[in-house]
Amino acid sequence: MLRIQHLVKQYKTGDQALKSVSLEVPKGQVLALIGPSGAGKSTLIRCVNRLVEPTSGSIELAELNLVNLRSGELRKARRRMGMIFQEYALVERLSVMENVLSGRLGYVGFFRSFFRKYPQADIDEAFRLLERVGLDHMADKRADELSGGQRQRVGICRALMQTPDLLLVDEPTASLDPKTSRQIMRLICELCEERQLAAIINIHDVLLAQMFAKRIVGLQLGEIVYDGPPDGMSAEVLTQIYGEEDWEATIQNVDDDAEGSETNIEDVQQAV
Amino acid sequence: MMTSLHGSKREWQRRATGKQLMIWAGWLIGVAIFVYCWRLISDKTIWMFVEDAPRQAADLAERMVPPKWSYMEQLWQPVWDTLNIATLGTAMAIIIAVPIAFCAARNTTPSRVFVRPIALFIIVSSRSINSLIWALMLVTIIGPGVLAGVIAIGLRSVGFCAKLLYEAIEEIDPAQVEAITATGASGAQKLTYGIVPQILPAFAGISVFRWDINIRESTVLGLVGAGGIGLQLDASISTLAWTQVSLILLVILATVILSEWVSARIRHAII
Repeated sequence: MLRIQHLVKQYKTGDQALKSVSLEVPKGQVLALIGPSGAGKSTLIRCVNRLVEPTSGSIELAELNLVNLRSGELRKARRRMGMIFQEYALVERLSVMENVLSGRLGYVGFFRSFFRKYPQADIDEAFRLLERVGLDHMADKRADELSGGQRQRVGICRALMQTPDLLLVDEPTASLDPKTSRQIMRLICELCEERQLAAIINIHDVLLAQMFAKRIVGLQLGEIVYDGPPDGMSAEVLTQIYGEEDWEATIQNVDDDAEGSETNIEDVQQAV
Repeated sequence: MMTSLHGSKREWQRRATGKQLMIWAGWLIGVAIFVYCWRLISDKTIWMFVEDAPRQAADLAERMVPPKWSYMEQLWQPVWDTLNIATLGTAMAIIIAVPIAFCAARNTTPSRVFVRPIALFIIVSSRSINSLIWALMLVTIIGPGVLAGVIAIGLRSVGFCAKLLYEAIEEIDPAQVEAITATGASGAQKLTYGIVPQILPAFAGISVFRWDINIRESTVLGLVGAGGIGLQLDASISTLAWTQVSLILLVILATVILSEWVSARIRHAII
Protein backbone atom coordinates (compact mmCIF):
# COMPACT_ATOMS: atom_id res chain seq x y z
CA MET A 1 0.00 0.00 0.00
CA LEU A 2 2.75 2.41 0.99
CA ARG A 3 6.17 1.82 -0.47
CA ILE A 4 9.10 4.04 0.47
CA GLN A 5 12.30 3.50 -1.49
CA HIS A 6 15.72 5.00 -0.81
CA LEU A 7 14.23 8.05 0.89
CA VAL A 8 16.82 10.70 1.71
CA LYS A 9 16.17 13.95 3.51
CA GLN A 10 18.91 16.47 3.92
CA TYR A 11 18.06 19.71 5.71
CA LYS A 12 19.46 23.03 4.55
CA THR A 13 21.72 23.02 7.59
CA GLY A 14 23.43 19.95 6.14
CA ASP A 15 22.02 17.46 8.63
CA GLN A 16 21.06 14.25 6.94
CA ALA A 17 17.88 13.27 8.77
CA LEU A 18 17.15 10.22 6.62
CA LYS A 19 19.80 8.14 4.87
CA SER A 20 18.25 6.00 2.17
CA VAL A 21 15.30 4.59 4.10
CA SER A 22 13.24 1.88 2.42
CA LEU A 23 10.03 0.66 3.99
CA GLU A 24 6.91 -1.08 2.82
CA VAL A 25 3.61 -1.01 4.69
CA PRO A 26 0.85 -3.35 3.49
CA LYS A 27 -2.85 -2.51 3.75
CA GLY A 28 -4.22 -2.71 7.28
CA GLN A 29 -0.89 -2.99 9.04
CA VAL A 30 -0.17 -0.95 12.17
CA LEU A 31 3.51 -0.24 12.35
CA ALA A 32 5.30 1.40 15.27
CA LEU A 33 8.32 3.50 14.47
CA ILE A 34 10.63 3.77 17.47
CA GLY A 35 13.95 5.44 17.99
CA PRO A 36 15.70 8.13 20.03
CA SER A 37 14.97 11.84 19.62
CA GLY A 38 16.50 13.11 16.42
CA ALA A 39 16.50 9.69 14.73
CA GLY A 40 14.31 11.04 11.94
CA LYS A 41 10.93 9.56 12.91
CA SER A 42 9.03 12.80 12.50
CA THR A 43 10.87 13.65 9.31
CA LEU A 44 10.00 10.26 7.84
CA ILE A 45 6.25 10.55 8.29
CA ARG A 46 6.26 14.22 7.30
CA CYS A 47 8.02 13.27 4.07
CA VAL A 48 5.16 10.90 3.28
CA ASN A 49 2.52 13.65 3.18
CA ARG A 50 5.16 16.16 2.12
CA LEU A 51 4.86 18.56 5.01
CA VAL A 52 8.62 18.10 4.65
CA GLU A 53 9.98 17.90 1.10
CA PRO A 54 12.10 14.78 0.58
CA THR A 55 15.52 15.31 -0.99
CA SER A 56 15.50 12.12 -3.06
CA GLY A 57 13.93 8.69 -3.22
CA SER A 58 10.40 7.64 -4.00
CA ILE A 59 7.24 7.30 -1.92
CA GLU A 60 4.36 5.42 -3.49
CA LEU A 61 0.87 5.35 -2.06
CA ALA A 62 -1.05 2.65 -3.92
CA GLU A 63 1.14 3.00 -7.03
CA LEU A 64 0.99 6.82 -6.98
CA ASN A 65 4.38 8.42 -6.57
CA LEU A 66 3.91 11.26 -4.09
CA VAL A 67 7.31 12.86 -4.51
CA ASN A 68 6.70 14.63 -7.81
CA LEU A 69 3.08 15.65 -7.36
CA ARG A 70 2.14 19.23 -8.18
CA SER A 71 0.19 21.19 -5.58
CA GLY A 72 -3.31 20.32 -6.80
CA GLU A 73 -2.53 16.61 -7.07
CA LEU A 74 -0.72 16.73 -3.76
CA ARG A 75 -3.85 18.11 -2.06
CA LYS A 76 -5.85 15.22 -3.49
CA ALA A 77 -3.22 12.72 -2.30
CA ARG A 78 -3.12 14.25 1.18
CA ARG A 79 -6.82 13.52 1.61
CA ARG A 80 -5.95 9.84 1.65
CA MET A 81 -3.44 10.28 4.49
CA GLY A 82 -4.82 11.25 7.87
CA MET A 83 -2.37 12.74 10.36
CA ILE A 84 -2.48 12.72 14.14
CA PHE A 85 -0.15 15.02 16.08
CA GLN A 86 1.80 15.04 19.30
CA GLU A 87 0.28 18.20 20.78
CA TYR A 88 -3.04 17.41 19.07
CA ALA A 89 -2.68 20.46 16.76
CA LEU A 90 -6.37 21.25 16.99
CA VAL A 91 -7.41 24.74 16.01
CA GLU A 92 -7.85 25.84 19.60
CA ARG A 93 -10.39 28.58 19.07
CA LEU A 94 -12.71 26.55 16.87
CA SER A 95 -15.35 24.18 18.20
CA VAL A 96 -14.91 20.44 18.38
CA MET A 97 -17.31 20.01 15.47
CA GLU A 98 -15.45 22.53 13.32
CA ASN A 99 -12.21 20.75 14.07
CA VAL A 100 -13.65 17.39 13.09
CA LEU A 101 -15.23 18.82 9.93
CA SER A 102 -11.91 20.40 8.98
CA GLY A 103 -10.89 16.87 8.03
CA ARG A 104 -13.15 17.38 4.98
CA LEU A 105 -11.39 20.55 3.80
CA GLY A 106 -9.75 18.66 0.96
CA TYR A 107 -13.19 17.64 -0.33
CA VAL A 108 -15.38 20.73 0.04
CA GLY A 109 -14.95 24.03 -1.75
CA PHE A 110 -13.73 27.23 -0.16
CA PHE A 111 -17.09 28.94 0.29
CA ARG A 112 -18.77 25.88 1.75
CA SER A 113 -15.96 25.57 4.27
CA PHE A 114 -15.89 29.31 4.97
CA PHE A 115 -19.60 29.47 5.76
CA ARG A 116 -19.50 26.06 7.48
CA LYS A 117 -22.08 24.66 5.06
CA TYR A 118 -20.78 21.10 5.00
CA PRO A 119 -22.80 18.39 3.24
CA GLN A 120 -25.19 16.61 5.60
CA ALA A 121 -23.36 13.34 4.95
CA ASP A 122 -20.16 14.86 6.38
CA ILE A 123 -22.01 16.13 9.44
CA ASP A 124 -23.58 12.70 10.00
CA GLU A 125 -20.17 11.08 9.69
CA ALA A 126 -18.67 13.61 12.12
CA PHE A 127 -21.33 12.80 14.72
CA ARG A 128 -20.84 9.09 14.14
CA LEU A 129 -17.09 9.42 14.73
CA LEU A 130 -17.52 11.63 17.79
CA GLU A 131 -19.94 9.08 19.17
CA ARG A 132 -17.45 6.30 18.44
CA VAL A 133 -14.77 8.06 20.53
CA GLY A 134 -17.30 9.07 23.20
CA LEU A 135 -17.34 12.81 22.60
CA ASP A 136 -20.64 13.45 20.81
CA HIS A 137 -21.88 15.52 23.76
CA MET A 138 -18.84 17.80 23.35
CA ALA A 139 -19.49 18.77 19.72
CA ASP A 140 -20.17 22.44 20.45
CA LYS A 141 -17.45 22.94 23.05
CA ARG A 142 -14.40 24.93 22.05
CA ALA A 143 -11.34 22.75 21.49
CA ASP A 144 -9.31 24.51 24.19
CA GLU A 145 -11.88 23.54 26.83
CA LEU A 146 -11.05 19.84 26.42
CA SER A 147 -8.58 17.72 28.35
CA GLY A 148 -5.53 16.22 26.64
CA GLY A 149 -7.07 12.83 26.03
CA GLN A 150 -10.27 14.36 24.71
CA ARG A 151 -8.36 16.62 22.37
CA GLN A 152 -6.43 13.71 20.96
CA ARG A 153 -9.74 11.91 20.31
CA VAL A 154 -10.91 14.94 18.36
CA GLY A 155 -7.61 14.81 16.46
CA ILE A 156 -8.30 11.18 15.62
CA CYS A 157 -11.81 12.04 14.40
CA ARG A 158 -10.40 14.80 12.20
CA ALA A 159 -7.94 12.39 10.62
CA LEU A 160 -10.63 9.76 10.04
CA MET A 161 -13.02 12.30 8.50
CA GLN A 162 -10.67 12.31 5.52
CA THR A 163 -11.61 8.65 4.91
CA PRO A 164 -7.90 7.92 4.59
CA ASP A 165 -6.14 4.74 3.51
CA LEU A 166 -3.19 5.52 5.73
CA LEU A 167 -2.74 7.13 9.12
CA LEU A 168 0.43 9.03 9.95
CA VAL A 169 0.64 9.30 13.70
CA ASP A 170 3.32 11.48 15.29
CA GLU A 171 3.94 10.76 18.99
CA PRO A 172 0.23 10.51 19.84
CA THR A 173 0.84 9.88 23.53
CA ALA A 174 3.82 12.09 24.31
CA SER A 175 1.67 14.68 26.10
CA LEU A 176 -0.65 12.23 27.85
CA ASP A 177 -0.61 10.36 31.15
CA PRO A 178 0.02 6.58 31.10
CA LYS A 179 -3.60 5.55 31.32
CA THR A 180 -4.83 7.96 28.67
CA SER A 181 -1.86 6.97 26.50
CA ARG A 182 -3.02 3.40 26.50
CA GLN A 183 -6.60 4.33 25.79
CA ILE A 184 -5.55 6.48 22.87
CA MET A 185 -3.24 3.82 21.44
CA ARG A 186 -5.97 1.20 21.82
CA LEU A 187 -8.48 3.47 20.11
CA ILE A 188 -6.15 4.15 17.18
CA CYS A 189 -5.44 0.45 16.74
CA GLU A 190 -9.10 -0.55 16.99
CA LEU A 191 -10.11 2.06 14.44
CA CYS A 192 -7.36 0.92 12.08
CA GLU A 193 -8.64 -2.62 12.41
CA GLU A 194 -12.27 -1.62 11.83
CA ARG A 195 -11.43 0.37 8.72
CA GLN A 196 -8.53 -1.72 7.47
CA LEU A 197 -6.19 1.27 7.65
CA ALA A 198 -2.46 1.11 7.49
CA ALA A 199 -0.74 3.24 10.11
CA ILE A 200 2.74 4.43 10.92
CA ILE A 201 2.89 5.40 14.57
CA ASN A 202 5.91 7.31 15.82
CA ILE A 203 6.34 6.55 19.44
CA HIS A 204 9.20 6.72 21.89
CA ASP A 205 7.56 4.55 24.51
CA VAL A 206 8.91 1.08 23.70
CA LEU A 207 6.43 -0.68 25.99
CA LEU A 208 3.42 0.92 24.30
CA ALA A 209 4.85 0.10 20.90
CA GLN A 210 5.29 -3.55 21.80
CA MET A 211 1.87 -3.70 23.30
CA PHE A 212 -0.13 -2.38 20.38
CA ALA A 213 1.80 -2.75 17.14
CA LYS A 214 2.13 -5.87 15.02
CA ARG A 215 5.41 -4.70 13.59
CA ILE A 216 8.16 -2.52 14.97
CA VAL A 217 10.69 -0.55 13.00
CA GLY A 218 13.65 0.91 14.84
CA LEU A 219 15.22 4.06 13.42
CA GLN A 220 18.60 5.30 14.47
CA LEU A 221 20.36 8.33 12.98
CA GLY A 222 18.23 8.15 9.85
CA GLU A 223 18.70 4.45 9.21
CA ILE A 224 16.48 1.47 9.87
CA VAL A 225 18.29 -0.81 12.32
CA TYR A 226 15.41 -3.10 13.27
CA ASP A 227 12.34 -4.30 11.43
CA GLY A 228 10.43 -7.16 12.95
CA PRO A 229 7.78 -8.38 15.37
CA PRO A 230 7.40 -6.88 18.86
CA ASP A 231 8.70 -9.98 20.63
CA GLY A 232 11.97 -9.74 18.72
CA MET A 233 12.93 -6.69 20.77
CA SER A 234 15.89 -8.03 22.71
CA ALA A 235 18.36 -6.11 24.81
CA GLU A 236 20.78 -6.16 21.86
CA VAL A 237 18.21 -4.64 19.54
CA LEU A 238 17.34 -1.92 22.01
CA THR A 239 21.01 -1.17 22.55
CA GLN A 240 21.44 -0.92 18.81
CA ILE A 241 18.57 1.57 18.54
CA TYR A 242 19.03 3.65 21.65
CA GLY A 243 22.52 2.90 22.92
CA GLU A 244 23.93 1.15 25.96
CA GLU A 245 21.51 0.87 28.91
CA ASP A 246 20.06 -1.74 31.22
CA TRP A 247 17.08 -2.93 29.16
CA GLU A 248 15.88 -5.77 31.39
CA ALA A 249 12.89 -3.86 32.76
CA THR A 250 11.74 -2.74 29.32
CA ILE A 251 11.61 -6.16 27.69
CA GLN A 252 8.17 -7.52 28.37
CA ASN A 253 6.25 -10.58 27.52
CA VAL A 254 3.97 -9.03 24.97
CA ASP A 255 1.20 -11.60 25.25
CA ASP A 256 0.45 -10.60 28.84
CA ASP A 257 0.00 -6.99 27.93
CA ALA A 258 -1.87 -7.28 24.69
CA GLU A 259 -5.17 -7.79 26.52
CA GLY A 260 -5.00 -4.16 27.45
CA SER A 261 -6.75 -3.95 30.79
CA GLU A 262 -6.34 -1.34 33.49
CA THR A 263 -3.91 -3.53 35.39
CA ASN A 264 -1.34 -2.72 32.75
CA ILE A 265 -0.60 0.55 34.44
CA GLU A 266 0.67 -1.23 37.49
CA ASP A 267 2.89 -3.35 35.28
CA VAL A 268 4.37 -0.25 33.83
CA GLN A 269 4.87 1.33 37.19
CA GLN A 270 6.61 -1.77 38.44
CA ALA A 271 8.68 -1.97 35.32
CA VAL A 272 9.72 1.66 35.54
CA MET B 1 34.70 34.45 33.76
CA MET B 2 32.21 34.70 36.53
CA THR B 3 33.70 31.86 38.52
CA SER B 4 37.30 32.39 39.59
CA LEU B 5 39.66 30.18 41.51
CA HIS B 6 41.01 31.75 44.70
CA GLY B 7 43.35 29.24 46.30
CA SER B 8 41.14 26.25 46.94
CA LYS B 9 37.99 28.36 47.11
CA ARG B 10 35.87 29.01 44.06
CA GLU B 11 34.48 32.50 44.04
CA TRP B 12 31.44 33.56 42.08
CA GLN B 13 30.51 37.01 40.88
CA ARG B 14 27.61 38.07 38.71
CA ARG B 15 29.92 39.72 36.17
CA ALA B 16 33.59 39.70 35.31
CA THR B 17 35.50 42.60 36.91
CA GLY B 18 36.20 44.40 33.62
CA LYS B 19 32.58 44.24 32.57
CA GLN B 20 31.47 45.54 35.99
CA LEU B 21 33.81 48.53 35.65
CA MET B 22 32.45 49.28 32.19
CA ILE B 23 28.93 49.34 33.60
CA TRP B 24 29.94 51.77 36.35
CA ALA B 25 31.67 53.99 33.79
CA GLY B 26 28.51 53.94 31.67
CA TRP B 27 26.41 55.13 34.59
CA LEU B 28 28.95 57.88 35.35
CA ILE B 29 28.84 59.18 31.77
CA GLY B 30 25.03 59.09 31.80
CA VAL B 31 24.81 61.15 34.99
CA ALA B 32 27.38 63.64 33.67
CA ILE B 33 25.38 64.18 30.47
CA PHE B 34 22.20 64.67 32.49
CA VAL B 35 23.82 67.35 34.70
CA TYR B 36 25.28 69.12 31.67
CA CYS B 37 21.94 69.21 29.87
CA TRP B 38 20.21 70.50 32.97
CA ARG B 39 22.70 73.36 33.04
CA LEU B 40 22.14 74.11 29.35
CA ILE B 41 18.38 74.28 29.73
CA SER B 42 18.54 76.39 32.86
CA ASP B 43 20.87 78.92 31.15
CA LYS B 44 18.43 79.37 28.30
CA THR B 45 15.37 79.80 30.45
CA ILE B 46 14.15 83.29 31.26
CA TRP B 47 13.59 82.77 34.96
CA MET B 48 11.60 85.91 35.33
CA PHE B 49 8.75 84.31 33.37
CA VAL B 50 9.01 81.07 35.29
CA GLU B 51 8.83 82.84 38.62
CA ASP B 52 5.67 84.44 37.33
CA ALA B 53 4.19 81.10 36.20
CA PRO B 54 2.08 80.18 39.24
CA ARG B 55 0.37 83.53 39.20
CA GLN B 56 -0.24 83.34 35.45
CA ALA B 57 -1.63 79.83 35.77
CA ALA B 58 -3.92 80.88 38.59
CA ASP B 59 -5.07 83.85 36.52
CA LEU B 60 -5.82 81.65 33.50
CA ALA B 61 -7.64 79.13 35.66
CA GLU B 62 -9.70 81.94 37.14
CA ARG B 63 -10.70 83.15 33.72
CA MET B 64 -11.65 79.59 32.73
CA VAL B 65 -14.28 79.10 35.43
CA PRO B 66 -17.14 78.70 35.29
CA PRO B 67 -17.27 76.85 31.93
CA LYS B 68 -19.72 78.45 29.58
CA TRP B 69 -22.30 75.67 29.60
CA SER B 70 -24.54 77.35 27.04
CA TYR B 71 -21.77 76.89 24.47
CA MET B 72 -22.50 73.15 24.59
CA GLU B 73 -25.27 73.60 22.00
CA GLN B 74 -22.63 74.39 19.40
CA LEU B 75 -20.39 71.54 20.46
CA TRP B 76 -22.60 68.50 19.81
CA GLN B 77 -21.97 68.54 16.08
CA PRO B 78 -18.15 68.82 16.37
CA VAL B 79 -18.10 66.03 19.00
CA TRP B 80 -20.11 63.82 16.65
CA ASP B 81 -17.68 64.73 13.83
CA THR B 82 -14.74 63.81 16.03
CA LEU B 83 -16.22 60.39 16.82
CA ASN B 84 -16.92 59.84 13.13
CA ILE B 85 -13.40 60.82 12.10
CA ALA B 86 -11.95 58.33 14.58
CA THR B 87 -14.31 55.50 13.70
CA LEU B 88 -14.22 55.86 9.92
CA GLY B 89 -10.46 56.45 9.98
CA THR B 90 -9.96 53.28 12.00
CA ALA B 91 -12.21 51.29 9.67
CA MET B 92 -10.28 52.52 6.65
CA ALA B 93 -6.98 51.71 8.33
CA ILE B 94 -8.06 48.15 9.15
CA ILE B 95 -9.22 47.44 5.61
CA ILE B 96 -5.85 48.55 4.24
CA ALA B 97 -3.77 47.08 7.08
CA VAL B 98 -4.97 43.45 6.87
CA PRO B 99 -3.54 42.61 3.43
CA ILE B 100 -0.36 44.55 4.23
CA ALA B 101 0.08 42.59 7.46
CA PHE B 102 -0.22 39.27 5.64
CA CYS B 103 2.35 40.47 3.10
CA ALA B 104 4.69 41.60 5.88
CA ALA B 105 4.54 38.50 8.12
CA ARG B 106 7.42 36.12 7.42
CA ASN B 107 5.21 33.05 7.47
CA THR B 108 2.47 34.29 5.14
CA THR B 109 4.21 36.70 2.76
CA PRO B 110 4.02 35.72 -0.93
CA SER B 111 7.69 36.65 -1.35
CA ARG B 112 10.25 37.49 1.30
CA VAL B 113 12.52 39.19 -1.20
CA PHE B 114 10.10 41.42 -3.09
CA VAL B 115 6.75 41.78 -1.34
CA ARG B 116 7.84 41.81 2.30
CA PRO B 117 10.22 44.81 2.06
CA ILE B 118 7.52 46.82 0.26
CA ALA B 119 4.96 45.98 2.95
CA LEU B 120 7.44 46.89 5.69
CA PHE B 121 8.23 50.16 3.94
CA ILE B 122 4.54 51.08 3.80
CA ILE B 123 4.23 50.31 7.50
CA VAL B 124 7.25 52.40 8.46
CA SER B 125 6.31 55.38 6.31
CA SER B 126 2.77 55.41 7.69
CA ARG B 127 4.05 55.19 11.26
CA SER B 128 6.76 57.81 10.92
CA ILE B 129 4.36 60.65 10.03
CA ASN B 130 2.12 61.99 12.78
CA SER B 131 -1.58 62.27 11.96
CA LEU B 132 -1.42 66.01 12.53
CA ILE B 133 1.15 66.28 9.75
CA TRP B 134 -0.88 63.99 7.50
CA ALA B 135 -3.84 66.29 8.20
CA LEU B 136 -1.84 69.42 7.37
CA MET B 137 -0.90 67.97 4.00
CA LEU B 138 -4.36 66.61 3.28
CA VAL B 139 -6.05 69.91 4.09
CA THR B 140 -3.95 71.54 1.38
CA ILE B 141 -4.67 68.69 -1.04
CA ILE B 142 -8.39 68.04 -0.56
CA GLY B 143 -9.37 71.11 1.39
CA PRO B 144 -10.47 71.53 5.01
CA GLY B 145 -13.17 69.36 6.54
CA VAL B 146 -13.98 66.00 8.02
CA LEU B 147 -12.80 63.98 5.00
CA ALA B 148 -9.23 65.22 5.42
CA GLY B 149 -9.40 64.17 9.06
CA VAL B 150 -10.71 60.70 8.26
CA ILE B 151 -7.97 60.08 5.72
CA ALA B 152 -5.26 61.50 7.99
CA ILE B 153 -6.32 59.22 10.86
CA GLY B 154 -6.60 56.29 8.46
CA LEU B 155 -3.16 56.75 6.92
CA ARG B 156 -1.50 57.13 10.30
CA SER B 157 -3.25 54.03 11.68
CA VAL B 158 -2.43 51.71 8.78
CA GLY B 159 1.15 51.29 9.96
CA PHE B 160 0.17 50.78 13.58
CA CYS B 161 -2.49 48.16 12.84
CA ALA B 162 -0.43 46.37 10.20
CA LYS B 163 2.64 46.19 12.41
CA LEU B 164 0.85 44.75 15.43
CA LEU B 165 -1.15 42.39 13.24
CA TYR B 166 1.84 41.02 11.35
CA GLU B 167 3.61 40.41 14.64
CA ALA B 168 0.56 38.45 15.79
CA ILE B 169 0.59 36.47 12.53
CA GLU B 170 4.24 35.60 13.03
CA GLU B 171 3.53 34.31 16.53
CA ILE B 172 0.84 31.79 15.59
CA ASP B 173 1.26 28.13 16.42
CA PRO B 174 2.53 26.54 13.17
CA ALA B 175 1.33 23.08 14.25
CA GLN B 176 -2.31 24.10 13.76
CA VAL B 177 -1.58 25.30 10.24
CA GLU B 178 0.39 22.13 9.57
CA ALA B 179 -2.57 20.03 10.69
CA ILE B 180 -4.93 21.89 8.36
CA THR B 181 -2.41 21.51 5.51
CA ALA B 182 -2.25 17.78 6.14
CA THR B 183 -5.99 17.42 5.48
CA GLY B 184 -5.45 18.51 1.87
CA ALA B 185 -6.81 22.03 2.42
CA SER B 186 -6.23 24.74 -0.19
CA GLY B 187 -4.30 27.94 0.50
CA ALA B 188 -7.44 29.97 1.20
CA GLN B 189 -8.76 27.25 3.51
CA LYS B 190 -5.47 27.14 5.39
CA LEU B 191 -5.84 30.88 5.91
CA THR B 192 -9.43 30.76 7.17
CA TYR B 193 -9.08 27.63 9.30
CA GLY B 194 -5.44 27.59 10.38
CA ILE B 195 -4.46 31.24 10.70
CA VAL B 196 -7.53 33.47 11.09
CA PRO B 197 -8.91 31.81 14.26
CA GLN B 198 -5.51 32.20 15.87
CA ILE B 199 -5.16 35.92 15.17
CA LEU B 200 -8.79 36.94 15.67
CA PRO B 201 -8.38 37.99 19.33
CA ALA B 202 -5.28 40.02 18.50
CA PHE B 203 -7.08 41.58 15.54
CA ALA B 204 -10.04 42.65 17.64
CA GLY B 205 -7.77 43.96 20.40
CA ILE B 206 -5.66 45.99 17.97
CA SER B 207 -8.69 47.51 16.22
CA VAL B 208 -10.37 48.63 19.42
CA PHE B 209 -7.09 49.90 20.87
CA ARG B 210 -6.40 51.94 17.75
CA TRP B 211 -9.95 53.33 17.73
CA ASP B 212 -9.40 54.44 21.30
CA ILE B 213 -6.13 56.21 20.34
CA ASN B 214 -7.79 57.76 17.29
CA ILE B 215 -10.53 59.38 19.38
CA ARG B 216 -7.80 61.22 21.23
CA GLU B 217 -5.89 62.09 18.07
CA SER B 218 -8.95 63.34 16.22
CA THR B 219 -9.69 65.92 18.92
CA VAL B 220 -6.66 67.94 17.83
CA LEU B 221 -7.03 67.56 14.05
CA GLY B 222 -9.32 70.60 13.94
CA LEU B 223 -6.34 72.78 14.90
CA VAL B 224 -5.15 72.45 11.31
CA GLY B 225 -8.63 72.57 9.82
CA ALA B 226 -9.32 68.88 9.43
CA GLY B 227 -12.68 68.88 11.21
CA GLY B 228 -13.84 67.90 14.66
CA ILE B 229 -13.81 69.62 18.00
CA GLY B 230 -10.28 70.94 17.54
CA LEU B 231 -11.72 73.58 15.23
CA GLN B 232 -13.79 75.07 18.08
CA LEU B 233 -10.82 74.80 20.43
CA ASP B 234 -8.64 76.76 18.03
CA ALA B 235 -11.29 79.41 17.54
CA SER B 236 -11.92 79.78 21.28
CA ILE B 237 -8.24 80.12 22.13
CA SER B 238 -7.60 82.74 19.47
CA THR B 239 -10.55 84.82 20.66
CA LEU B 240 -9.42 84.37 24.30
CA ALA B 241 -12.80 82.83 25.15
CA TRP B 242 -11.39 80.88 28.08
CA THR B 243 -14.71 79.77 29.49
CA GLN B 244 -15.38 78.04 26.16
CA VAL B 245 -11.92 76.47 26.19
CA SER B 246 -12.56 74.93 29.61
CA LEU B 247 -15.86 73.49 28.43
CA ILE B 248 -14.20 71.99 25.34
CA LEU B 249 -11.47 70.44 27.49
CA LEU B 250 -14.13 68.90 29.73
CA VAL B 251 -15.99 67.54 26.71
CA ILE B 252 -12.77 66.02 25.32
CA LEU B 253 -12.05 64.46 28.71
CA ALA B 254 -15.53 62.95 28.85
CA THR B 255 -15.23 61.59 25.30
CA VAL B 256 -11.88 59.98 26.00
CA ILE B 257 -13.11 58.42 29.23
CA LEU B 258 -16.13 57.06 27.39
CA SER B 259 -14.01 55.61 24.60
CA GLU B 260 -11.62 53.98 27.06
CA TRP B 261 -14.53 52.44 28.88
CA VAL B 262 -16.07 51.14 25.66
CA SER B 263 -12.77 49.72 24.36
CA ALA B 264 -12.02 48.05 27.70
CA ARG B 265 -15.47 46.43 27.65
CA ILE B 266 -15.08 45.23 24.07
CA ARG B 267 -11.60 43.83 24.62
CA HIS B 268 -12.75 42.08 27.75
CA ALA B 269 -15.67 40.53 25.89
CA ILE B 270 -13.54 39.28 23.00
CA ILE B 271 -10.40 38.07 24.76
